[in-house]
Amino acid sequence: MTISAIGITKRFGDFVALDDVTLEVTGGELTALLGPSGSGKSTLLRVIAGLEHADAGEVIISGEDATGRPARDRGVGFVFQHYAAFKHMTVRDNVAFGLSIRHRPKAEIARRVDELLHLVQLKGLAERYPSQLSGGQRQRMALARALAAEPKVLLLDEPFGALDARVRKELRAWLRRLHEKMHVTTVFVTHDQEEAMEVADRIVIMNEGRIEQIGPPRDLYEKPGNEFVMSFLGPVNKLGDVLVRPHDVELLLEPNGASTEALIHRITYLGFEVRVELELPNGRKLWAQTTRESAAPLEPGKTVHVRPRATRTFDGDGAEMRPAGDSPWWDRRVTMEVHHS
Amino acid sequence: MSDGNDGSAAPGANGSRANRYGLRTVALVYLALILVLPVGMVFYRTFENGLQPVLQALGDPQTLHALYLTVVIAAIVVPLNTVFGVFCALLMVRRSFPGKSVLSVLIDVPFAVSPVVVGLSLILVYGRTGWLGGWLAENGIRVIFAWPSMVLATIFVSLPFVVREVIPVLQEVGVDQDQAAHTLGATPWQTFWRITLPAIRGGVTYGVILTTARALGEFGAVSIVSGKIAGQTSTLTVHVEERFQQFDLVGAYTSSLVLAVIALVIVLAMTLLKPKEASS
Repeated sequence: MTISAIGITKRFGDFVALDDVTLEVTGGELTALLGPSGSGKSTLLRVIAGLEHADAGEVIISGEDATGRPARDRGVGFVFQHYAAFKHMTVRDNVAFGLSIRHRPKAEIARRVDELLHLVQLKGLAERYPSQLSGGQRQRMALARALAAEPKVLLLDEPFGALDARVRKELRAWLRRLHEKMHVTTVFVTHDQEEAMEVADRIVIMNEGRIEQIGPPRDLYEKPGNEFVMSFLGPVNKLGDVLVRPHDVELLLEPNGASTEALIHRITYLGFEVRVELELPNGRKLWAQTTRESAAPLEPGKTVHVRPRATRTFDGDGAEMRPAGDSPWWDRRVTMEVHHS
Repeated sequence: MSDGNDGSAAPGANGSRANRYGLRTVALVYLALILVLPVGMVFYRTFENGLQPVLQALGDPQTLHALYLTVVIAAIVVPLNTVFGVFCALLMVRRSFPGKSVLSVLIDVPFAVSPVVVGLSLILVYGRTGWLGGWLAENGIRVIFAWPSMVLATIFVSLPFVVREVIPVLQEVGVDQDQAAHTLGATPWQTFWRITLPAIRGGVTYGVILTTARALGEFGAVSIVSGKIAGQTSTLTVHVEERFQQFDLVGAYTSSLVLAVIALVIVLAMTLLKPKEASS
């Protein structure tokens, strides 16, 4: 059950929501579309579902051209950010909707709905109305409803976006387990990089209507293709053209050859993680992420020696560069000469 | 509940309490003067000479025919305006098309134009010398001074109610539920009956009740196009006026009372049918 979106372009007036986007989703995979708001991720999902029609491009769902088909004939299950619960129906009728409009036998519907309610852990709540459920329960109901008609692909548009942080975390883990059980090809949209990293097999990073990079979470984190991807997937310090992750900033009490002095401005304790805000002699500011133990001897106002474990530098086109070693890391400028050396 | 509020708002509590009762009194006196007293007087005057004259007036064939005609007109107008209203509201909320703002203004025209003007303009178009009426008359179809014109006039004056009640409800409901139904395999027709209509039920009901009330109570436009032929083209409102001018006060009051009772039943129905979603 693969999905191919080929050369999709979508404009809303003057705004280009999708600019010639091509995406292949492998069957059985859980893919995240990750990007800031306005990056086109939701629009791409809605184009795949048939809720939006692209100005150009094709959508192929499990080998069949779905481009001209209405949403109802695409065999997709869609879950909305704000649940889109049918307010006038009970949980049972909500879940049964896809089956009852296809006039399936009553006994079959009842059996399938029970099965799904069990799967989404709403068994005792079948006769309730959506207004009597919590947000997390409503979204699980919406998921069961989307799964009822056995869709070829499952599409989720910011499914946890309207939930509070704790429920969101629970549901993430739950979605991951559900996917391992069902293996329905799933695409979900999120702007939360942690959510994407935690749940997805593969992440598609989008920005300004284009795909920036596609890959498994770890690959993207370790080998970001450009500055946008690197800074979207986690915090970065930018020192000139050099990017360094806060957890790659090593703090030393004694200088070594590659280190430089830095003044400690502020130390923030966040449980296990400790953030140390620093200022370099050239006035540049950065912060380091460290552990409680390593931060124990540090104090604001004191000087510490800083050395990066890993840095990255990208050129204007986003390609990674191998920086020359003649200038110190904290003050490195990428020039064309450096690029060719 | 109000006591608790008063207790917590200690400093200005007395002032605000006096203020609140003052406002209530003003509102109640105002309503009594313009609403309760006149309607109460109709009740009183109707039964002033006992039940017998009332029953007699009710049994009058002209009154019965007026009641019958009023109900028939409402039975034609209300379904038509309901279907048109829901369709129009869907168009206004969910589609963008050139001329949308013009349509929006047109829908409000019946609110703005006096019913007398409506009646006269209908005569201009459908009357014997009107540009459509002449042709219709040649083909043996009589519009003016017959029930078709009364239906037209009533449709016109009660047109905006369903549209204006349904539009805000549709806007609030949004399109998510409909889109969810589409992705679940529902056709547009199935989606309308199973999802959209139940979701806007409250607004439609309210609109239908207002339309019915307006259709039953319409006087100006209908009285002009009807020709006021007693026992033929006389609705209840026209009948009331006619009785009143004939100095048959009991007849006029009795018919008024019938209209008032129908209105009361409608208001009650409105209260009872109001969706109880607020209880959740």
